[in-house]
Amino acid sequence: MKAIHSKSAVAIALLAAAAVSMTACTRPKPSFDTKPAPKGAAPSTRPDTGIGQSTVPGGAAQVAPGSLQDFTVNVGDRVFFDYDSYEIRADAQPILEAQSQWLRRYPAVRVRIEGNADERGTREYNLALGARRANAVRDFLVGRGVTSDRISTISYGKERPIDTGPSEEAHAKNRNAHTDIVSGAR
Amino acid sequence: MTFLRTLMVALACAAGLLAAQPARAEIVVNVNRADVQPLPVAIPAFGGDASGAEIAGVISANLERSGLFRPIDPASFVERNLDPAVQPTFESWKQINAQALVNGKVTVVDGKLTVDFRLWDVFAGQQLLGLQFTSSPENWRRVAHKISDQIYERLTGEKGYFDTRVVFVAESGARGARTKRLAIMDQDGANPSYLTDGGSIVMTPRFSSTSQEITYMALRPEGSSVYLLNLETTRRESLGEFQGMVFAPRFSPDGTRVVFSVERGGNSDIHVMDLRSRATRRLTADPGIDTSGSFSPDGSQIVFNSDRSGQPQLYIMAADGSNPRRISFAAGRYTTPVWSPTGEFIAFTKEEGGQFHIGVMRPDGTDERILTSSYLDESPTWAPNGRVLMFSRETAGGAPRLWTVDVTGRILRPVPYPQSGSDPAWSPLLN
Repeated sequence: MKAIHSKSAVAIALLAAAAVSMTACTRPKPSFDTKPAPKGAAPSTRPDTGIGQSTVPGGAAQVAPGSLQDFTVNVGDRVFFDYDSYEIRADAQPILEAQSQWLRRYPAVRVRIEGNADERGTREYNLALGARRANAVRDFLVGRGVTSDRISTISYGKERPIDTGPSEEAHAKNRNAHTDIVSGAR
Repeated sequence: MTFLRTLMVALACAAGLLAAQPARAEIVVNVNRADVQPLPVAIPAFGGDASGAEIAGVISANLERSGLFRPIDPASFVERNLDPAVQPTFESWKQINAQALVNGKVTVVDGKLTVDFRLWDVFAGQQLLGLQFTSSPENWRRVAHKISDQIYERLTGEKGYFDTRVVFVAESGARGARTKRLAIMDQDGANPSYLTDGGSIVMTPRFSSTSQEITYMALRPEGSSVYLLNLETTRRESLGEFQGMVFAPRFSPDGTRVVFSVERGGNSDIHVMDLRSRATRRLTADPGIDTSGSFSPDGSQIVFNSDRSGQPQLYIMAADGSNPRRISFAAGRYTTPVWSPTGEFIAFTKEEGGQFHIGVMRPDGTDERILTSSYLDESPTWAPNGRVLMFSRETAGGAPRLWTVDVTGRILRPVPYPQSGSDPAWSPLLN
């Protein structure tokens, strides 16, 4: 997946982006030390690395810019929330910044934000909570210049856990909003 | 799907006798006491036809599951081959300490099933009930449920709840990728059948007061819908298109309205639709989550769930949305309120101390009683007599199962349905 053999600037950008998404995935608890993946760094280096010229069509290990894989690997398609909260966490902001920049770069892309909740709540309340999370992400992206008609939202409540374990770590992963590309990716 | 066929209830000769002496039951089973001993009852296999043993078995299982009765092991019976037309030898039933005796006879003539039964007070030496039911032979379980209801009502003074069905969500497959299908079964887990194919996630089915119609929510990636499904005709219709997610539907007691939630821009509010005119009215306009509306039995009020105070609590408002007031104040998070059919209680799910509970409180918020506790108990639904609740229980990492508990919290039982199920909804008594 990771284009470790590719040219330096891209490789650095990819690793930085991977670090962002890894951070989000492996740290379920909210963390307010914004040390790894500083806000400005990842988003600002990525767009001006000249991704377009450095990728070679047909390269098997390459991630095509503007592709679904580009989005999930290099940007990060999921952000996490605290228990019963829909506030955008500090560790989610760089990912959403990157999402908004990527979406502005590829204006044909349409996304659906899927809000999810952990199983420690009742079904109907969790549907409402998931909707709040999806809309919090939508509002963030719209606030960063992504036009609202490109974004739809849905709540899966607690119906679509990504980690099916009963631990708090699993619950933390399941409290998320997933940005799903519906169409327009390359 | 074969559904209701007319079940004729014919009063046998002895019923006239019953009417003449209405308030003279010597045996009284008190459903309100938390310390009652279950009443020992003998239910020998009904004679006359092979189905007689099965009918007695269904009655016995129903009464046993209520927790109010203790069927005696048939192996201890002294008197055999009872005929309902002949008075039993009470001495031989006293011997095994049976307080009540149920016997009956089944005849099948010209494709018609007739079940004649008697309920006896053994120690008073007296007949309490004598009834005859006529139906088609494939309806034998329903006849057994109707007899169970008669016995329950005669001995407790409360309506029974055995001739009822439960609509629920049958769950299959691995966690995280479960197939959820709408399903329906008898209250005792018999005759399960699927109503949807699992193509979309279905949730929260609820019966209308007619028992012939349900409402439920379906969720697909493109959006959500609330449907009305007629069980008789299998005709399905959507409540309509709404901007945003629609969920948490529930009928008004007279079946003419549906209260449901609509989410718009992340905010969920409660709406009500008149099913005839399709006019929809928004009842709440609070920035907090407002959902899980449930009408009072007279239709004048709605209890609902809101986190406007900062965390989910229970509120009551008038059916037009006016005068909302909070009723839950104890520690913990309260969700999914459901008004009991008698109006006496509001059932809810409560999360406290890392556990989930089913509980009840009075509509004014007093007398809170926690009935159950587990990793995840939720979705209470009332039996039509307001004495028993069904709910789903999930162990950590497990699949949800259906359980029942009575309002005293004393009688907790798994529903005899061997597979995974959630979101149960109990029908009214069938006709």
